[in-house]
Amino acid sequence: MNNKVKLEQVNIHFGRTHAVRDISMTFPENSVTAIIGPSGCGKSTLLRSMNRMHDLVASARVTGKILVDDGDIYEKGVDPVAIRRRVGMVFQKPNPFPAMSIYDNVIAGYKLNGRLPREEADELVESCLKRVALWDEVKDRLKSNAMMLSGGQQQRLCIARTIAVKPEVILMDEPASALDPISTLKIEELIEELKERYTIIIVTHNMQQAARVSDYTAFLYMGDLVECGETKKIFTTPEEKRTEDYITGRFG
Amino acid sequence: MEREHFSKQFDNELNVIREKLLEMGGKVESMIANAMKSLVERDTELAERTIAFDHEINTLEMVIDEKCLEVLARRQPAARDLRFITLALKIVTDLERIGDQCANICKRARELNQEPSLKPYIDLPRMAKAASDMVKEALDAFVRGDDALAIKVCQDDQCVDELNEQIQRELLTFMMGDPKTISRAMKIIHVSKCLERIADHATNIAEMVIFMIKGKDIRHTIA
Repeated sequence: MNNKVKLEQVNIHFGRTHAVRDISMTFPENSVTAIIGPSGCGKSTLLRSMNRMHDLVASARVTGKILVDDGDIYEKGVDPVAIRRRVGMVFQKPNPFPAMSIYDNVIAGYKLNGRLPREEADELVESCLKRVALWDEVKDRLKSNAMMLSGGQQQRLCIARTIAVKPEVILMDEPASALDPISTLKIEELIEELKERYTIIIVTHNMQQAARVSDYTAFLYMGDLVECGETKKIFTTPEEKRTEDYITGRFG
Repeated sequence: MEREHFSKQFDNELNVIREKLLEMGGKVESMIANAMKSLVERDTELAERTIAFDHEINTLEMVIDEKCLEVLARRQPAARDLRFITLALKIVTDLERIGDQCANICKRARELNQEPSLKPYIDLPRMAKAASDMVKEALDAFVRGDDALAIKVCQDDQCVDELNEQIQRELLTFMMGDPKTISRAMKIIHVSKCLERIADHATNIAEMVIFMIKGKDIRHTIA
């Protein structure tokens, strides 16, 4: 299988804090990789480095290589906006644009990148909303404000907005932790479907969720990558004692 | 020593399952000993009691199954704990079958005790001892997490198989010599077969113990 994203000796510092320590790993194309670990282990920090979200933090320093299709996204002259178009992000709390309709939310990202004829926009909105299984629920009220939707629907709308710009990689930071169990299952089902077209990297606190949705799992602890492998293996017979202790809920 | 869970209650639940399995193992061992005794000492009354005792084994099987299902449903165990629970579910099945085999031996003993003795029982008690030791050691390996002992159990199975074949050959000569012995000899062969099956169940347990400890499946690989 082709490796879509590759990390080579990635280190991330915030001022004096060494948050991510020398991590090298790969993310296979068209699969879901979960990053798990206790709070503060560096998993969100690592995720955010993959579409240059730390550029906005003055004290942050990212070293090493982060390759998407063998191109280093931190190389000089690379436009972070172009990277973020290829590597989309879904956040923990659903964050639709509050002053916009459902329709406008879906094409918001696309519009930033240029004009969009009405007909094409209609098609794009319909196909994206269908792909996130939201179309049937909202097709009669596309012009209503996005904030009228439930939390789970808002999150699916945000995913629709993310895929509207046709990214290659989707980063998800706890995408279901603010949702009820049924909405969570819908998001998980959606992740399963989305991986056919995209490479998905998901950070989650919920180990059962990682076990359910991912093909590969990486366990981070205090900034180190402890173990990375097939999810099936990590959750039944992990190699490392620290992984075993963490996923079985023992004192670490 | 294994670390404790954040949840003490979870540790307790796993300990209860571990203890119940050991209790079941102890009862099964005593059943094997009593089954043999009822045959060798021609004690039909003991045979009857042992057959009735199988009920306790069946009850323990249900209790352990239920506790395992509860842990699966409530705790969603992973890794070592997951292997432990799935192992426990399989061990109870093997232990329960061993109980059934002991009851079968007792039924043959009950019949054989009605007839004149065919021959002194020499190899059968040896075989029963070997099979019973295997059961004990397989469970010890499970409790102590001792994979070396589990491997020994797998190897000991060979010895029981050989005794079984030897007994069958010997009884075959009896049957060929005098057809009147056939009925009794067939029953003794059945007893021998039961003991051989008990050793197989112990081997199954030992193989699963190795999987629990090493995370490596060695079933169907050791000759």
